[in-house]
Parts: sequence; structure tokens; C-alpha cells
Amino acid sequence: MTIAIVDYGAGNLPSVERALRSLGAETVRAVHPEQLASARAIVLPGVGHFSAFVAGLRERNLTSSLRAAYDSGVPILGICLGLQAMYAASDEAPGEQGLAFFREHVRALPPNVKCPHIGWNQLRRVRDARLLRGIPEGAYFYFAHSFAAPATGDEAVAACDHGVPFAAVIERKSLMGVQFHPEKSGDAGAAVLRNFLESLP
Amino acid sequence: MTLARRIIPCLDVDGGRVVKGVEFEALRDMGDPAELAARYNREGADEVVVLDISASVEGRATFLDTIRRVAEKLNIPLTAGGGIRRMQDGQAVLLAGADKVTVNTAAVKRPELISELARQFGSQAVVLSIDVKRKGASWEPYTRGGRDATGLDAAEWAAEAVSRGAGEILLTSIDRDGTCSGFDCELTAKIAATVPVPVIASGGANAFDDFLAVFTAGHADAGLAASIFHSATHSIPALKQFLADRGVPVRMPMRLPSDPSSGSPSSGLGTR
Repeated sequence: MTIAIVDYGAGNLPSVERALRSLGAETVRAVHPEQLASARAIVLPGVGHFSAFVAGLRERNLTSSLRAAYDSGVPILGICLGLQAMYAASDEAPGEQGLAFFREHVRALPPNVKCPHIGWNQLRRVRDARLLRGIPEGAYFYFAHSFAAPATGDEAVAACDHGVPFAAVIERKSLMGVQFHPEKSGDAGAAVLRNFLESLP
Repeated sequence: MTLARRIIPCLDVDGGRVVKGVEFEALRDMGDPAELAARYNREGADEVVVLDISASVEGRATFLDTIRRVAEKLNIPLTAGGGIRRMQDGQAVLLAGADKVTVNTAAVKRPELISELARQFGSQAVVLSIDVKRKGASWEPYTRGGRDATGLDAAEWAAEAVSRGAGEILLTSIDRDGTCSGFDCELTAKIAATVPVPVIASGGANAFDDFLAVFTAGHADAGLAASIFHSATHSIPALKQFLADRGVPVRMPMRLPSDPSSGSPSSGLGTR
């Protein structure tokens, strides 16, 4: 079975695809709900605007199949905006509803730091994380975002600080997410994607 | 936990080849962009910038092909630009595999271009490139590869661009570019204090000390250089070690589990 990379009509899909394939994974660009229903795992990549993302999912009728996949325990990895879309809502698009796998809201980074948060940063481990297995403390990952999920939720297994602490890696049951771009984070990012692939049932 | 200062090699591309000029003129061939990019990726560069300096219609298609070839070699961010006139040009560059697009001349003529790109792709994908010459106590932006004076003030223009959605400033000192006399740290400090987005310093890098100066006195978030990396007079690993030894936070290579060198990277993961 293949890994479905959700194609919502924008974003960095080719680089995520290339990174997963270079690790030996079979991938398909999912634009139809059926492609999600038959997937072994789902990757939600994402750059751009929260509202464009959720609208892209809606227009392709992918929202309900993502929820169904979640309900049936299919592993889902959200990347950057893909992580943010797993939350209920975002400051970036007030009134738009996210996938709401998590109840919290995605917030704007505070005005006392440079924004967007662009560049390579380190993580603070909160608890044991499948995605970070074997990766040394102090490893750097590439971030490029202006909004972030709170680090206070149980799902936040690693945090990063940029003005405020925020969720850098999330895990809860079959849901996983990273605020950074593993496909752009060199060997450390590749190790995260390898951990994701190795965690699949 | 600190945001690392970035080291960014820049590929100036003309007709599918990397070239390097001195003060925006006198070009010479420096090699194949994809090969150089692969080397920098391996050596621990934090990002690669590819700029189309041909700015011709025929050059455009070749450049998009160059971006595709370079993107395939990278697992770090790629920024591309040069001759971006319209939204569609920026879109083409991003679709070809760049993570960010730089705008310069066209944004001076029509600042709305910045807002349009930021709305469509997000601020993190929009880099305003400013080429400046010192003018007394301030700096004046120039367009068309350093040929045309704009009459603007660099700090004011940077601030306006950020308010329109530019997510980073790529700041080149024309006076210093290719002259190997060091970054203009006063310039980068001035712009870094003016705008709330990262500033990438460019122009004049010649020695490890120049990077140390631009990250300390210059308050730059990233340092960009071309010729000194291409000709391998300075290696990126040695530069990063030099900076780390002096307390500058940089991303150093580290030993990771299941390194491709220590085992098979594709042990049947896709078929299980």
C-alpha cells in the first residue's frame, strides 16, 4: 500500500514526495477521497494560507475522508500548515474551521520577535517522540511560518521557542505532525521522515 | 535553543551556467548549477539561492529548468529569482521547485507585486531583494542589476516591502559586491533594526572574519556569498566551525541514526 500525499492545489508537494521516495516509500498524489480511503498512511504537506488549505480540502471533498481516515486509525503526518490544519482554527483565517483533530487554536507568533520565523532552530523534548527516535538533542530543523499551535496540549511532544513556546512536533495515537519542514531539514529531516515510515503498522 | 545564523551560497545563473561578475560586470563561468548545489547541500549549506541574471525571454525557460535541476539535488531550502515581473513569474519559479521567490526591479516599479505574491504564497515565500549603493549616511536602492538609481531610501523601501508582506530582505551592497572587502555591516545593522523580518547580508564576503562581523556588528540573520564558495577558497564546514568556536549559533553536522552510509536507506519500506 502506498502513502497518499494530499494535493490540495498548492504547496511544496514535489519536495515532500521526493524526500519520501528517496527513503524507499511508494507515494501517490491524492486528489480524490478514494485515494485516502485506500492509503496506508496520509501526509498533509502545506505551505501558504490556512484558508486556502482548508478551502482546497473542501473543494476536493477531502475533509470528510480525512476525518474518516483519522477515525479508522490511518496514520496521518501533517507538515507545517498541514500540522496547523489539524487544529480547530487559526488566527490566520478567523471563522474558517480546521480539521479539528485537536481542540486548540493556532495562534500568530508574538510581535516581539522577527516574523516569519524563518531558519534553522532546535527542539525541546517534552516526552518520548516516535518521530524523533535516535535523533540527537540539539539537531536543527528548518522552520518557515508565522503561526503556530500552542505547546500546552498533550499532543505536543517537542516544543520550539520563538517569542513563545509552540508545538514543534505533535503525536497522538495515529496523528503526527511537525511544524518544521522535514523535507528541507537536511539529514535530520530525513531521519524524521524515516521514523515516520518505520512507525507505520 | 537558538535560531541558527545561516550560511547561504548563491548561484548567479546565465544560460544554464553559474557565472560570477565583479561589481555586476565581467562575467566568468563557475560551473554547473546542479553540481554546485549538490556540493553545497553535502557541505552543510543552510539554503541555496539561485538568481537568473540573464533576464532575457530565452533565459526564462532555461532558468526554470535550472531551478528544477537544482531543486532535485537539495534537501535544504531553495530561493530563486531574477527578472520576476508578474505574479505568474513568481508562481512558475515556485512550481519549478523553489521554496521562496525574490523580487527586485518589478517590485520597485509596482510594489503591489509583493502583496500579490504574499497573499497567494505566504510571506515566508517572498523575499525582497534590494541592491544598494551608499549615499552619504544612507543607502539608495538600484534596480536592473545595479544600473538604475531609484531615488528611494533603502530603509524606507525595506519597511514598505515588509508592510506589504515580504518575509525576508536580501540586502546586497553593490559597492562591496565582488570586491572582497567585507560585508557592509553598518548597512545590515541599519536594515535589521528597521524591519521585523530576517535580513540576508550579501556583497563583499572574502574572509571568515567578514561573516563573524556581519553576524555580530551587522546583526544579520544570514550571510550570502558566491565566488568564495564556488572557487573553494573557503569551505562551508570550516566557516561554520570558525563561527561556532566564536559563539555564533550555526547548524553543525551531526551523526544521525541509520545514516545512508551505515545501512540501506530503503529497506523495503514501501512494500511492507
